[in-house]
Amino acid sequence: MSVKTIATQRASMNIPTGRLAVWWVLLSEIVIFGGVLASYILHRLGHPEWAEQAAHTNVWAGAFNTLVLLTSSLSAVLAHQAAEKGDGPKAARLLQLTVFGGLVFLIVKTFEWREEIIHGYTLQAGGFWSYYYTAAGLHAFHVLAGMVIMLWVANTARKNQELHRVENIGIYWHFVDIVWIFLFPLLYIAK
Amino acid sequence: MSHTTTVEAHAPAPHGHAEPNGFMKYLWSTDHKIISFQYMFTGMAMALIAGFMAYVFRMQIAYPGLNVPLFGHVSPDVYNALITNHGSIMVFWVAMPVLLAGFGNYLIPLMCGCDDMVFPRINRLSYQLFLLSAIVLLVSLFVPGGGFGGAWTAYPPLSAQAKYSLTPMGSTLWVIAVALEFVAFLLGGINFIVTAMNARAPGMRAFDVPLVVWFIVVASLLFMASVGPLIAGAVMLLFDQNLGTAFYNPTRGGDPVLWQHLFWFFGHPEVYVVLLPAMGIVAEIITVFARKKMFAYKTVIYTVIATGALSFFVWAHHQFVAGIDPRMANVFTVTTVLISIPIAEMCFLYIATLYGGSIRFTTPMLWALAFMAEFLIGGVTGIYLGASGADIFFHDTYFVVAHFHYTFYPIAIIGGMAGLTHWFPKMFGRMMSERLGKIHFWGTIIPFNFIFIPMFFLGLSGEHRRIYDYTHFPDLATPEMQALRIMSTVALVVMLLFQFVFLWNFIVSAFRGRKAERNPWKATTLEWTTESPPPHGNWAELPTVHRGPYEYATPGRDTDYWPQNEKA
Amino acid sequence: MLLNLPRAATFAGEIDGLVVLVTWLVGVWFFATQIMFFWLMWRFRAGANPKSQYITGKEPHLKRWINIPHLLILLCDIVIIVAAVRVWVRVKQTLPPADDTVRIVGQQWTWAFQHSGSDGALDTADDVWTSDTLHVAEGKTYHFLLESRDVLHSFFVPVFRLKQDAIPGRTITGWFKPTRTGTYDILCAEICGIGHGIMGGRVVIASAEQHAAWVQQHSAVASATPTDTTAVASAGASN
Repeated sequence: MSVKTIATQRASMNIPTGRLAVWWVLLSEIVIFGGVLASYILHRLGHPEWAEQAAHTNVWAGAFNTLVLLTSSLSAVLAHQAAEKGDGPKAARLLQLTVFGGLVFLIVKTFEWREEIIHGYTLQAGGFWSYYYTAAGLHAFHVLAGMVIMLWVANTARKNQELHRVENIGIYWHFVDIVWIFLFPLLYIAK
Repeated sequence: MSHTTTVEAHAPAPHGHAEPNGFMKYLWSTDHKIISFQYMFTGMAMALIAGFMAYVFRMQIAYPGLNVPLFGHVSPDVYNALITNHGSIMVFWVAMPVLLAGFGNYLIPLMCGCDDMVFPRINRLSYQLFLLSAIVLLVSLFVPGGGFGGAWTAYPPLSAQAKYSLTPMGSTLWVIAVALEFVAFLLGGINFIVTAMNARAPGMRAFDVPLVVWFIVVASLLFMASVGPLIAGAVMLLFDQNLGTAFYNPTRGGDPVLWQHLFWFFGHPEVYVVLLPAMGIVAEIITVFARKKMFAYKTVIYTVIATGALSFFVWAHHQFVAGIDPRMANVFTVTTVLISIPIAEMCFLYIATLYGGSIRFTTPMLWALAFMAEFLIGGVTGIYLGASGADIFFHDTYFVVAHFHYTFYPIAIIGGMAGLTHWFPKMFGRMMSERLGKIHFWGTIIPFNFIFIPMFFLGLSGEHRRIYDYTHFPDLATPEMQALRIMSTVALVVMLLFQFVFLWNFIVSAFRGRKAERNPWKATTLEWTTESPPPHGNWAELPTVHRGPYEYATPGRDTDYWPQNEKA
Repeated sequence: MLLNLPRAATFAGEIDGLVVLVTWLVGVWFFATQIMFFWLMWRFRAGANPKSQYITGKEPHLKRWINIPHLLILLCDIVIIVAAVRVWVRVKQTLPPADDTVRIVGQQWTWAFQHSGSDGALDTADDVWTSDTLHVAEGKTYHFLLESRDVLHSFFVPVFRLKQDAIPGRTITGWFKPTRTGTYDILCAEICGIGHGIMGGRVVIASAEQHAAWVQQHSAVASATPTDTTAVASAGASN
């Protein structure tokens, strides 16, 4: 059942409603991740010995995942372009490609964490690892949620409906990407 | 500036769907008015529960060891759970849903000339999550081990480790309930902000928007920008409680004070999140019943924005003696004392609105005026606490309890009553009884002061907080101090009894009150131009706006009010 | 002066003075505002004023009723801030030289106090440990070392006007100088579990001679029966 109110179709500020909403969502997300990361950074500065723990993170996995996410952001941009041209099925395929990128990201992460856990670097193994799993876990949760929503948008776009949503989910995906671009150096590279 | 097509303004409202019927109407409705009632009634029910908790723990304080009527014996762990959940419920499950989500949902689409919110299904989801959070919180009171008793501030290590709190399940469920409530309000906030920003009626410029809408939007922005770190902190607390991490555990490298910073960085803006809707409601009421434009409407908006922005820089005044670097305290005492400036200005602008007015003392107006007088007490007593040197003494005493009840109670109860009595005719299509309304008003306000004034004096005498039996402390066990405690308790019981007058008035009027016309108060804002109550979709033909929201006593006209949608 | 609460420390008077200053400044504004507020309600009641006036708030003769108070409040705020900072710095940021030191350990749900004993030095064999009662001498400057064994507690002595939260894993230093003899409450001012309501203590402020005698008496006992002070300090509440 589509609930399309007149309110949804207005644009008093000359910005499409969906896009405006996504920006406000991102504001609240920035502060959530900001809170975790600020806490982490302050504690990291106060605990120089965490650098030894951080040395055990897998930089290659992290770098590969960074590449995967950046590429998936590219396909999200291409999906938006297709949607702008009115080509719903093409936009849907590109969104699905983006979702596939997210899937690869999560699979790599699964193997990465499995290795670390086997070697005893668990959530409880110390301050560094608690922040590592919490921050990256929160991020992974947002990747997963983004994938689910993106599939739903793709499914609608495939029928050439609600094409404006392609851009909006793309904006969200870029944000998830940018959070990772902060996480990667803070968790993996800072040693 | 918007130039929506004229086609929309003249065609009949093709509101997207037919309204569902019967029971399904309430369970699955996406109508903002139904959702607003769901929030308000849930909030009012939770207020009864939290009010009952206050009755129980105050009876224990006044008559230690008593078998409290309608409850039984109050042991120390039960006492702690009562005060913890009284505070948590009042802030998160009464003030927020009634003021922000209740009035926000009801008023924003109507005052902006919309048929509904921009995302009705997200709106429905937000209420469902909110209801779930309330259920989780109530369940937490009955699990083995009992409800969480570490105060609404939940400082670790007490809240993080079961060996200290002795309430493993209660503590975990409490955190989950609060986290769910946060997510519900993040979702709801999107609707408030985007609808008010982007879905206004044709012709409604930014400064034609009524103050209550402005205030609720700013409140939603404050909430969204401040709750994030606490969501992160709550996840970390949940992990400490259940997964063996040590974010807050000093014996394993963690820091209990980190929680305090994350909590209060949100906690301080949060008080403005609930204050702003209440002040918005008061603004609407005083303009209507003084028949006056708001004095310096734009300046009011600027002071609200300034207060909101400043509110991000005062949080550590809750932590002056908590073990933070003493030098930091100086920074926060400066910001905290200075925040009194925009708030005082707001107060003066409201009072100035009465000047030159023709004031009618209806029930809503009585509540609105009482808000101003009582909140002023809360505001000025805050200065004692913001002055770091004095806070050394006052922190965690009953002076603080009195201060925040003189702010929160006006916000939640007085502001809530003001809004309910003012918009009742619109919401339910009937008038409330003025006589019962005034009896309820006086029967609430007078006892309210007798509950909390004694607490200022108890605080000044050194009485500390969260204690179930003061006879344990020789200097606090004097007959004079105990007499003050008893006075507070008796006044509370009287006040609670008078709430039955309100319940009676509310319920009877909703079914048998005199039928209300569209605009019984002769007000100018858009919600009064549609039927009482508004139909699904709000108007058959959506309004266009031609002027600002407070055109009262405009010169050269024979009526003393000029509705926003009336053609020139 | 804080109602009937005696002043028993040097800075109690300064804290009370700050409270009085705030009361005057805030009191004047409070009463002026309420009086103006109620007067306007009466003056412009509908009964006497059937028609209201069209006032925007831009009128200069009316705006000054907002702008001038606005400025005056800023000035009052500055006075309060300066006064508050001065008191704060005195109590929390300075540490006058100590005549004696005492360790205060909070735990669920009691206070333990480590007095320095006859030798005047803390952490020596003749230290006197007490639970719930702190013994100090009038006129001597004390440093306190505040600790917690488990959760957050807060050391609050109303007659000193002093308060400091105790954090597990840290030792927080502060000071006080008692100025009158007597026995008064020590309260825990941070909720610490189900026993928070029974976590009280007493501070016994004696004259220098009486305090010395008390120390002498208990120190002798303490050093005669050697106690492993480190075990007492770090183990649980086993004794």
